[in-house]
Amino acid sequence: MSVIPLGDRDVAPLAPRCWRFWTLDDDQTMTADTADQRPPVQTVRKPFFRKRSAIPGFGLTMGVTLTILSLLVLIPLSAVVLKAAQQSPAEFWAVATSERAMAAYRLSFGAAFVAAAINGVFGVLTAWVLVRYEFPLKTLVNALVDLPFALPTAVAGIALATLYAPTGWVGQFLTPLGIKAAYNPVGVVIALIFIGLPFVVRTVEPVLRDAAADVEEAAASLGASRIQTIARIILPALGPAWLTGFAMAFARGVGEYGSVIFIAGNMPYRSEIAPLLIIIQLEQFEYTRAATIAVVMLAVSFLMLLIINAIQAWARRFD
Amino acid sequence: MGAASSKARGATDDPAWAKILLIGAVFVFLALVLILPLVAVFAEALRKGLDAAILAARQPDALAAVKLTLLTAAIAVPFNAVFGLCAAWAIAKHDFRGKALLITLIDLPFSVSPVVAGLIYVLIFGLQGWFGEWLLDNDIRIIFAVPGIVLATVFVTFPFVARELIPLMQEQGTSEEEAAISMGASGLYTFWRVTAPNVRWGLLYGVLLCNARAMGEFGAVSVVSGHIRGLTNTMPLHVEILYNEYDFVGAFAVAALLCLLAVVTLVLKTALEIAQPDVRGRRGH
Repeated sequence: MSVIPLGDRDVAPLAPRCWRFWTLDDDQTMTADTADQRPPVQTVRKPFFRKRSAIPGFGLTMGVTLTILSLLVLIPLSAVVLKAAQQSPAEFWAVATSERAMAAYRLSFGAAFVAAAINGVFGVLTAWVLVRYEFPLKTLVNALVDLPFALPTAVAGIALATLYAPTGWVGQFLTPLGIKAAYNPVGVVIALIFIGLPFVVRTVEPVLRDAAADVEEAAASLGASRIQTIARIILPALGPAWLTGFAMAFARGVGEYGSVIFIAGNMPYRSEIAPLLIIIQLEQFEYTRAATIAVVMLAVSFLMLLIINAIQAWARRFD
Repeated sequence: MGAASSKARGATDDPAWAKILLIGAVFVFLALVLILPLVAVFAEALRKGLDAAILAARQPDALAAVKLTLLTAAIAVPFNAVFGLCAAWAIAKHDFRGKALLITLIDLPFSVSPVVAGLIYVLIFGLQGWFGEWLLDNDIRIIFAVPGIVLATVFVTFPFVARELIPLMQEQGTSEEEAAISMGASGLYTFWRVTAPNVRWGLLYGVLLCNARAMGEFGAVSVVSGHIRGLTNTMPLHVEILYNEYDFVGAFAVAALLCLLAVVTLVLKTALEIAQPDVRGRRGH
């Protein structure tokens, strides 16, 4: 390296410790001896907002992006917060924590958690089988995993409701066992398992595929049993991806509407999910109440988004 | 993959019985969760024979729903594709402050409940909303009309193309574009001849997923549509109405059409993944 790095990104952080390794270009008047007197590096300033780039179109594309994002997403989302803020904090709290709303949150969050946990087990299993084993129909199975992304939720909803109804293909076997699946909170969990499965599989799969075989081989050659290798080497490495997939499935499940309402039964206090409660308030022209519950759900969405981002930032440390 | 070429089992390979057990468990689970619902839709649609199903799917209301769904997707998908390209160009090809925040905000609609997505437009354009009176005075209908359905659809499918393109374009870097620019190509020409060929498969992948969601969206559209038969019913909403009226053959016949859409989407997606292995798997969808 015989050139002073003058690119605006390089100078500032490098200068204090590295000055004596520099050899200078001909047109520079500085020598290593006079380096102390050279102008303070802060004069080469990093632009506040954006680094210069040879590639044009930043202003236009950024302008379009921000305009559309604001008009379609950010301003409309603020409308719901403003609507909820039209009442006093005490009123807000009373509506947000009313008995019926609490029952709805409990069902939405509880069912989403159980479904995400079940998907956490079978999703990892599915990813493992897809990455590690060869078997007939593998391409088909792989394609099928994405079905919940492609199938409209209402279609999934009526199909699941028909299957798990007391006289349905699956329901008729559950009824003698005393399990009431459809029109019951169990039905909500079933619908959310369907909706959330691909999230876990598709976040775990790439990590499993990229996992280096040499670590596993090292564990095995050091005398670990296969079970020990899986439990102590492979599964911990999947941790961050698994948590991300779990959180994504959970977040999707909390807000899910289409697939759930057909199978849930929708009894207030019992099998009524939070998004449905918003719709019911809306149909009764209780806009402020609807907005209040929506704000609670939005807050949870933001929280989940932060958690997912934090997990991914944490995971990148291991790369 | 580490598949042993010889018959001997490697240290990172599982015994045959474990493989069969695990593969079997996955098959049973996926059959229960994914295949059975798919089969049930077609079985219920054909319960009274193929003719009854076709007749049900050709009712005027059903055809109007198909038309509205196609129209909505025809507006929402190209719109989000253009937005996705703009966002990806600004984010992936340039460096600026707050990039991570911007990406998070673009992803935001994914974590908002579809019902809330519908509600926000009701609060703005509905009768009681910000522009409610003004819209009424000028006889412009957005809520309980097609514009509201398109808006809600655009919202829920907003991130699909952008989140497919941003990581792809970030991975590809800027050197090819810089080379083109330094040799005197204009920005638009560079985009068209250098960037576009590099991202076309990723774009197609995003459009495919965006389209499936746009045609299938239920919750958000349900809030803004008003369920006016023949006018503001999309296919998923029409399925709901028929199902709630106990017209199961009709409901499942329309649902079967949507299933075909899903199957075609998955086939195209799989073909794309096999032909262009690098389009998938950068960010666990």
